Amino acid sequence: MELAFVIEKFVLVTIVFVISLVVAMYSTLAERKVAGFMQDRFGPDRAGPFGILQPLCDGGKFFFKEEIIPAGAHKPLFILGPTIAIITACIGSAVIPWGQSLTIGDRIIELQVTDINVGVLYIFGVVALGVYGIMLGGWASNNKFSLMGAVRAASQSISYELAMGLSLIALLMVTQSLSLREIVAQQSGFVNWNIWVQPLGFLIFLVCAFAECNRVPFDLPECETELIGGYNVEYSSMKLGLYMFSEYINMFVSSALMSALYFGGYNFPFMYDLGLSQNWITIIGVIVFFVKIFAFIFFFMWIRWTLPRFRYDQLMNLGWKMLIPLAIANIVLTGVITIIKDTFF
Amino acid sequence: MSVFYFVAFLSIFFALMTIFTKNPVHSVLYLVITFFTFTVHYILLNAQFLAVVNFIVYMGAIMVLFLFVLMLLNLNKDTEPLKSNLVKLMGVIAGACLLLTVGGSLRVLEISQPIVMKNPDIGLVGNLGKVLFSDFLLPFEISSILLLTAMVGAVLLAKNEPKKA
Repeated sequence: MELAFVIEKFVLVTIVFVISLVVAMYSTLAERKVAGFMQDRFGPDRAGPFGILQPLCDGGKFFFKEEIIPAGAHKPLFILGPTIAIITACIGSAVIPWGQSLTIGDRIIELQVTDINVGVLYIFGVVALGVYGIMLGGWASNNKFSLMGAVRAASQSISYELAMGLSLIALLMVTQSLSLREIVAQQSGFVNWNIWVQPLGFLIFLVCAFAECNRVPFDLPECETELIGGYNVEYSSMKLGLYMFSEYINMFVSSALMSALYFGGYNFPFMYDLGLSQNWITIIGVIVFFVKIFAFIFFFMWIRWTLPRFRYDQLMNLGWKMLIPLAIANIVLTGVITIIKDTFF
Repeated sequence: MSVFYFVAFLSIFFALMTIFTKNPVHSVLYLVITFFTFTVHYILLNAQFLAVVNFIVYMGAIMVLFLFVLMLLNLNKDTEPLKSNLVKLMGVIAGACLLLTVGGSLRVLEISQPIVMKNPDIGLVGNLGKVLFSDFLLPFEISSILLLTAMVGAVLLAKNEPKKA
């Protein structure tokens, strides 16, 4: 392995990491701004112009708060919980293609950390691992409310992973590939976006993404009206901060994933008809990709301040009796259409 | 090769920790790490698909369910049921049988030549899918029926009996 390659990947990883953190930081501000907008008030506007320094103040405050580990808590696992949550949130972005390739001198730099040929499944595995953070934290707190939150988180994430996986299978039947780079590359232009061939699959995936990120209306693990604060009741200081942070990073990664899988990723209409050089197409592509991601993050927030929370039995019914059968029907439908297309056209 | 020995050492170490640790939740966590080392083994064998599926299914789903059950059971020293001597005796006999089998198989062990695979990419998704749906179609379909049966059985067990008035 040559040195330049290592440096290139290291820089890329650092940039992706920093961007994830910054986006997550400003999502907390954006969340409150959107809430303010929806409820006809200002939202935070004291720290800096338009409250732009608010996330920094919050971060600083998290660090300076007293750190409390309850006497009855299981100390190693109590610390391990938020650690796993933030690590799994951060490593998901490794396989997302942020753009095409940049040519600097005679080096071609792919704007993707790594392109493994099971990229979609990798993200799935990381998501599956994420629930350990919540479960361990909730159990180690030695608090009945946190345990309830942890158990809810586990059953919710397992239930919705199934429907999510099934909706992805239909997509993979269309794309014929598990590599995210290839899936995005297939969707060049505008008419090739997967959303046009998999609208139902996208809808199921979207609902499941909400559930996997523990966002309203699926935030039963931290349902404060029933469980005080759910799995993170006993957490204080930056440990609580890490849990919240990992939620926002998860939101960022799943927005990126949805844009990449269904909305063409870095592709934009007429991208090859403008007569631009490859580097410019790549740069505009990255910007377009981030616009799509921010649109999804806004959508996440919009839903949060619009819909009330589900009841737990409603959540389970929706997952098992609505989404899974719908996803299976979608697979069958996709198969039939593919065969008809192959035979007659 | 040295990577293999290191990972194999880790697998055995964490497998032993799974057995010897007192706390059931720790035990499950060590088992999770053991499965993770298996995933690394699959990657070393260039079987990416198997690695990721092992990761998702075992670490992500089955072990979460284990943990789930153990957390709800709230096992600790006070509530641990006393093990009778009969159970201990059975354990000793079963362990001795296992030892005998392992010892017997070690006796006839011959170190084979390292096998060079004809097609090193056989573990990648595309190749695996083609093999499953051509050469091994019948076993594949039969195992899918087995899984379906298990699923129907689980639903049947979970379904509430209609109340008899």
